[in-house]
Amino acid sequence: MDFNLTKQQEMVRKMVADFTENEIKPIAADTDRNSEYPADTIKQLFRYGVMGMIVPKEYGGAGADDICGAIAIEELSKQCASTGDIVATHNGLCCGPIIQHGTEDQKKKYLPMLTTGCKVGAFALTEPNAGSDASKGTTTAVLDGDHYVMNGSKIFITNGYVADIFVVFAMTDPSKGTKGISAFIVEKDFPGFAVGKHEEKMGLHGSPTAEIVFTDCIVPKENLLGVEGKGFNIAMQTLDGGRIGIAAQALGISEGAMKEAMDFTKSRVQFGKPISKFQNTQFKFADMEVAINAGKLLTYSAAAKKGTGARFTKEAAMAKLFCSENAMKITTEAVQMFGGYGYTKDYPVERMMRDAKITEIYEGTSEIQRIVISSNIL
Amino acid sequence: MKIIVCVKQVPDTSGKVAVNPDGTLNRASMQTIINPDDMNAVEAALSMKDETGCEVVVVTMGPPPAEGMLRELLAMGADRAVLISGREFGGSDTYATSQILAAGIKKIGIDKDDIIFAGRQAIDGDTAQVGPQMAEKLGIPQITYAAEIKKDGDSITVKRMLEDGFMMIKMQTPCLVTCIKELNSPRYMSIGGIMTAYEKPLEIFDYAALKDDPLIDLDTIGLKGSPTNIFKSFTPPQKGAGVMLEGADKNTCAKLANILAEKHVI
Repeated sequence: MDFNLTKQQEMVRKMVADFTENEIKPIAADTDRNSEYPADTIKQLFRYGVMGMIVPKEYGGAGADDICGAIAIEELSKQCASTGDIVATHNGLCCGPIIQHGTEDQKKKYLPMLTTGCKVGAFALTEPNAGSDASKGTTTAVLDGDHYVMNGSKIFITNGYVADIFVVFAMTDPSKGTKGISAFIVEKDFPGFAVGKHEEKMGLHGSPTAEIVFTDCIVPKENLLGVEGKGFNIAMQTLDGGRIGIAAQALGISEGAMKEAMDFTKSRVQFGKPISKFQNTQFKFADMEVAINAGKLLTYSAAAKKGTGARFTKEAAMAKLFCSENAMKITTEAVQMFGGYGYTKDYPVERMMRDAKITEIYEGTSEIQRIVISSNIL
Repeated sequence: MKIIVCVKQVPDTSGKVAVNPDGTLNRASMQTIINPDDMNAVEAALSMKDETGCEVVVVTMGPPPAEGMLRELLAMGADRAVLISGREFGGSDTYATSQILAAGIKKIGIDKDDIIFAGRQAIDGDTAQVGPQMAEKLGIPQITYAAEIKKDGDSITVKRMLEDGFMMIKMQTPCLVTCIKELNSPRYMSIGGIMTAYEKPLEIFDYAALKDDPLIDLDTIGLKGSPTNIFKSFTPPQKGAGVMLEGADKNTCAKLANILAEKHVI
């Protein structure tokens, strides 16, 4: 068992860390305050091959392994969880299922668009009445000659109003329940596709979340991803991979908040000494350090297992559950250490605390992770 | 056409600076970075590669761990790397270093339309001597302090920055240019570059590989071949708070002139 990162993985960390420090840290507060999609950052991340990094070389990507993918999300999220989210969604939830389930023609057409073509990807599963219970979706796709006609709407879609390419789940046979769900690759320019309401959220203000609406949307038959009726399996497999991304994002948020809190408590003097000198503060940092390191082991080992081709459902759920709950705890503690300053927007920890909350909710709530984990062991 | 870029691994002086008892830098105990001006040289080469498709070769002299730095430059887009490394080269000053680097560059080969880029100076020694010395020893023209570089057939036009202005100079290739930070913003490594960095060629030139070059003699390289000796090294005392004079009237000016005269500045 080798716990060391490879030279490439170390280099990816260094590259993304440098990029984050120089290009993202200076704008992270404004990105949040103005709810502004960081278009220029994403353009740069395409240029440097971070967007679509896990796509094989022959389709325009870098062919990076899943640990590299997790490290990139972690480093970005140390300063800006919104950027981490945009990249995690693009890589894990849009490129991921096309790499895994796409036909050769689909991969040749869409993966270069999602890498060198600088087109942003998204994933559309959730509906107003189908959240954790994804089987209750009512969006339908009816085959009509050489195309499907899609009707319905999807909500809370990350990258919703900036993406060009969507992996969408719709009922092709509502009578069959989850076995009647199919997956499709949908372009935003397909007739009948529209972006609906833009969501205003507690956190992740830089991440563009929107409703998308299909009104007799024409989806060519060849854009069926996988086979008819296998959409639910594709969604679940995709979310397994996506959860590693969210675990990495939560890890990054935790590390970013802990770093801020350490810097602050070393310089903040109360009762005649820096508050980092109080044992209460020190013990909290010790607990954060343990949680972050344990989270890294869970996340990287889930990514390593994904890379071997073995089933990693439980590992991804454990990593996501552990890292997201710790991100919430650690950012809350960080705000507490800052005292009144932590509650203001002059310091980044309140943003990190708001951003952390979603990691316990999206791509399966903590409750769903516990169901996934227990159903894999009982 | 190819571009050879000379780079140096230097101690990160933004961290803690450690000094040996003999006054030299304790490099082993310090984090290393790629010399900042050299990054501008690398970027200049890579952007010329983007334009012309030329080959970019990065060269450094240093201990074996300097390979890590070269791999990072390959991940940024350089095509191949040369590490000049050997015990015989240790302790070299700028004179000896330029002997060795020039011999290394000759071994790589300089063709008619090749260009050599270097950083203006390294943040450890701050001498700005190695670039110009290499050009002399290679017998090629040089321009220092480049803030703009334009390639134009078999010549390049360089904006050479001076303290109080600039010169525009046209120079025939092959030639050497030293670069300053105003020249460009260095790019990052790319993920694709990182994935292939360890597949790209990296050659090691040791003493045996270079010893037949007339520039290489045990008396012209290493500590023995270095005319520079460190006489004394010290941390300059912190300057006290300055005196502020306000106003632009005659009295204030006279007062300022008096103070400067007392200190023999004027």
